[in-house]
Amino acid sequence: MKYIIAIIQPDRLGDVLEELQKREIHLVTVSNVMGRGRQKGIAEVYRSHTEAGSLLRKVKLEIAVNAEFVQPTVEAITSRARTGRIGDGKIFVLDLDRCIRIRTGEEGNDAIG
Amino acid sequence: MSVMSRISGTYRPAVLAMILVLCLGGVSLARDVITSGPGSQEPAATQADTGDTAWVLISAALVMLMTPGLAFFYGGLVRRKNMLSVLMQCFMILCLISLQWVLCGYSLAFGPDVGGRGIIGGLDWLGLRGVGAQPNATYAGTVPHSAFMVFQMMFAVITPALIIGAFAERMRFSAFCVFSLLWATLVYDPLAHWVWGQGGFMGLLGGWGALDFAGGTVVHINAGASALAAALVLRKRQGYPNMISPPHNLPLAVLGAAMLWFGWFGFNAGSALGASGLASGAFVATHIAGATAGLVWAAMDWFFHKRPTTLGVITGAVAGLVAVTPAAGFVTPIGAVLIGIGAAAFPWLAVTFLKPRMGYDDSLDAFGVHGIGGIWGAIATGLFACASVNPAVNRNGLFYGPDGAAQLLTQLKAVGISAAFSFVACLILLKVVDAVIGLRVSEHEERVGLDLTQHKEVAYTIID
Repeated sequence: MKYIIAIIQPDRLGDVLEELQKREIHLVTVSNVMGRGRQKGIAEVYRSHTEAGSLLRKVKLEIAVNAEFVQPTVEAITSRARTGRIGDGKIFVLDLDRCIRIRTGEEGNDAIG
Repeated sequence: MSVMSRISGTYRPAVLAMILVLCLGGVSLARDVITSGPGSQEPAATQADTGDTAWVLISAALVMLMTPGLAFFYGGLVRRKNMLSVLMQCFMILCLISLQWVLCGYSLAFGPDVGGRGIIGGLDWLGLRGVGAQPNATYAGTVPHSAFMVFQMMFAVITPALIIGAFAERMRFSAFCVFSLLWATLVYDPLAHWVWGQGGFMGLLGGWGALDFAGGTVVHINAGASALAAALVLRKRQGYPNMISPPHNLPLAVLGAAMLWFGWFGFNAGSALGASGLASGAFVATHIAGATAGLVWAAMDWFFHKRPTTLGVITGAVAGLVAVTPAAGFVTPIGAVLIGIGAAAFPWLAVTFLKPRMGYDDSLDAFGVHGIGGIWGAIATGLFACASVNPAVNRNGLFYGPDGAAQLLTQLKAVGISAAFSFVACLILLKVVDAVIGLRVSEHEERVGLDLTQHKEVAYTIID
């Protein structure tokens, strides 16, 4: 079992979700986050004062998958979130120790899908 | 190499618009200087009444509040990335059209007729020359001419703002500014002249006698038909209809609808142009129609979609207020109830069935609510108008006879001509602006949202 965390550009979210759906990866948690990378991004201007914008808006996806779905998930995200510009984001793949479905108490591979 | 080509492409439309405004200002100023001095040619009209003046000025302020109200109504319905763009467009129209009205708009709409055909006002009142404390007996004999002018200014402001609902979330801000200025000058001002101007060919002041108390044709049918043209020319938003998120902040939309309702008392009761029984009757009719339509829309949602929705009740109330606008000063309270019922039913059908079937993306239903609601209201005026409510009614509506059919026919003619003129003129204007500046933001800008790409701001922060 793997836990995949992807940080992507907010405007790519719709495309990525669509692609995941297409590859039958339905379970995903999405959050709005702020972060910092090498990107400079679009600075905001308030009454002529340009904000330095040290943190930029990103969207974080969290997906728990069984081994055979790791590669399709990574491909789905990279194929639709990549623009080629700085700031496209990153994907982290982590080992997952346990997974429990609260409703039934199922554990492990059965609980993920 | 011309001067214009040296100005970077991004700023060119804004610079053009500014030059246009400044030229108009220069002409007005020049005329002011040449003809200034005592003994203006205005006829020594009646004395201004204090009560009437107070009511018209307050009404002007109430109508002014409707444009920010509309901004919140529309703003709550768009996605969070486009919130500021809608607020900004409404606020910019408030600034831009106010100036246009002073420089040339008021004169084109209400100035003495040119050529005697009732098509357009002349340039006599350019820069508000001669529009001062002295009442103008033709339009409002008991309030200062400037009070009438500023009351009408607020109408000229909110009408183009209504169209925003059709092209929200995808129009370039520069193109929007130029389009709004041109639309106000070439579409709103002539239509206002036809219906309300002295000698205008459709209205009560020397025209066919089409009844439009507070702007069913001039404001709502006009904005609604133009909205349809805009939705067609700008085409659908990316992802429409399946991938568009629901309204991002309905509480703000409710606040906006409440501000609209409040302001509408100035819009309709203020159109009596005096603190009178007529104003009071229009106030009552306005409120009743809004309330009825809100109730009926909620009931229809409940019946057909299982639940009464918040968005439904506020949309219904606005549609009711739209429909009663041309009728407010001509109908009984029961007439207003019946207008309210139709005002919920027809726009509900348009939004639920017509829009999906036709496939146009009228983002916030500017055509469905203002166009269809306005058309119903103008026709309903021909059904329910009643001389016992307002002696200005020459021929009663169909249900009050005896000349009812004739009045209804006049209303239908006015509806058809306004809608057709507005649709075609707006279509041409948009095509021209599209060719010169480009109407739509790029695909990437549309994804990121107009707030950040057009204004470099965001409505909501995530942290702090």
